Amino acid sequence: MTGALTLLCFFCLIYLVSTGVGVWGNNNAAGWAFDITNFVFWIGIGHAGTLISAILFLTRQKWRTSIHRAAEAMTLFAVICAAIYPALHVGRAWMVWFMAPVPNSNAIWPNFRSPLQWDIFAVTTYFIVSVLFWFTGLIPDLATIRDRCQGKLQKSIYGILALGWRGGNRQWRQYEMAYLLLAGLSTPLVLSVHSVVSFDFAATVIPGWHTTLFPPYFVAGAIFGGFAMVLTILIPACTLYRPLRNFVSVSHVNTMCKVILLTGSLIGYSYAIEAFTAWYSGNLYERAAFWQRIFGPYGWACTAMVICNVMVPQLFWFRLFRTRLFLVWIIVQFANVGMWLERYVIVTGTLTRGHTPSSWAIFHPTWVDVCTFLGTFGLFASLFLIFIRFLPMVCMFEVKADMAESQPGEAG
Amino acid sequence: MNDSNTQGFALAAELSSASALLLAAERIRDAGICHWDVYSPFPIRGMDRAMGLKRSVLGRFVFLGGLVGFLAAGALQYGTASFLYPLDAGGKPNGLSTAPALFPIMFEMAILFAAITAVIGMLLMNRLPRLNHPLFNWDRFSAVTDDKFFVAIEFEGSSLSEQSLRDLLLSAGGTNITKVYDEP
Repeated sequence: MTGALTLLCFFCLIYLVSTGVGVWGNNNAAGWAFDITNFVFWIGIGHAGTLISAILFLTRQKWRTSIHRAAEAMTLFAVICAAIYPALHVGRAWMVWFMAPVPNSNAIWPNFRSPLQWDIFAVTTYFIVSVLFWFTGLIPDLATIRDRCQGKLQKSIYGILALGWRGGNRQWRQYEMAYLLLAGLSTPLVLSVHSVVSFDFAATVIPGWHTTLFPPYFVAGAIFGGFAMVLTILIPACTLYRPLRNFVSVSHVNTMCKVILLTGSLIGYSYAIEAFTAWYSGNLYERAAFWQRIFGPYGWACTAMVICNVMVPQLFWFRLFRTRLFLVWIIVQFANVGMWLERYVIVTGTLTRGHTPSSWAIFHPTWVDVCTFLGTFGLFASLFLIFIRFLPMVCMFEVKADMAESQPGEAG
Repeated sequence: MNDSNTQGFALAAELSSASALLLAAERIRDAGICHWDVYSPFPIRGMDRAMGLKRSVLGRFVFLGGLVGFLAAGALQYGTASFLYPLDAGGKPNGLSTAPALFPIMFEMAILFAAITAVIGMLLMNRLPRLNHPLFNWDRFSAVTDDKFFVAIEFEGSSLSEQSLRDLLLSAGGTNITKVYDEP
């Protein structure tokens, strides 16, 4: 199933590159549509992984131990899905190296003052640092698999990946310091990445985009959507694979629901501030853009996003909805849909209602748009399934270190 | 069998728990041994003090790495846009008056260089990656990544005789005291 969707994704991408970017529904008004919507959607999902691994590590939240590995892997796969879109949206995918910091064939360098160029650096840095953080966390666990597995081939592969780890305290000392530093570096990084993504919009002059609210609003949305995706994946994983229940308990789900409630309410606040700013600015275009957003052709999406992102998560005030896994899963699906709609409203809804009514248009997605988007879900799920098949999805050495009886001077 | 192999690499022992390992480490530290280490499935709190190790200096390298990334990104952007090929984009000036537009990339590159320095620095200071190590020749040692605790004193640079090292390990609570060789 996931493999078939992944093939669908690759088919659409090959069709797109071989035919031209016109197979997407993008038109003169909606130069950005599904592509950038999906890019922001996937990048946002990645943020929960880094938040769990870095920020909760620095704040010494022990409950992160059993979920951070899976969440970090999710980050990587979400960023891979996200990276597809801007790379292909340039139209001629073989010219994508023009965005790299090297002079092109006319000796012209990229315009480093462009927010789109900042985005290249931010997303690339985010991916590389996430890979480093994830792999550093894996080293001692890879050594465990190296010492436990039976096959000669597996032993060599895991042995090479474990880099010769021996678990000496002189190694642990540097290792823990490196991990702490990576967590400290990832924390400002994760906050900066979605801020830079929001600069793509905020640094333009288009009404509805040109606001200083965007960076914090986008970061809150990213954490909200990311935690929703973590729960979307972990709840079925725990249901299908019972032993995982020993590590991921209802209290984890409960805590994550509270984070979703908090960030969902922050998003609600941001929506309210958007409305307030549109009115208080006294600017004709700001007011018109906001009016079009809620009552224009994409008004249905705007209404649905408020229901999905702000209203439905309020159910998490009640303990019942935070502890029944089935109910939690249903509610976080609203969050997933809502976050996608939010980006769709921001990207397409705003672009198709610009300054001059003569350039107004409607965006209709084509089958390639839809199939590529569905395909990225297949790619994401396939990568995740491959990950849990070959690598430990719970950080083993941290679980051992956190068990009450393992450290000297504690009970047991 | 070469000379170093007959001499052996280290004398190793197994300890029953993290607390026992901590006490053993304190004894070995007090005995003034120089080349030795304790091995455990997870980092043990307080072990650095028990072994007499100072705080890791990795943070300083990481700071330098971040600084290099920050300055390199600044030089890359300012140098290319102002000297190599001044680009008139949107009629904006290229001088330092638009420096704020350079900061996002400088920040990202600082983080990237610092993170790479942290990982590579950690591996280099740990003398990793390596394909093999004499300790892997001891078959009990493979349980170190599972649930067993070990200590190993290397013969290199050790002033004590093998017998006195053996006594030291025994008095520190070590069991299965084994001589580990360079070759299997």
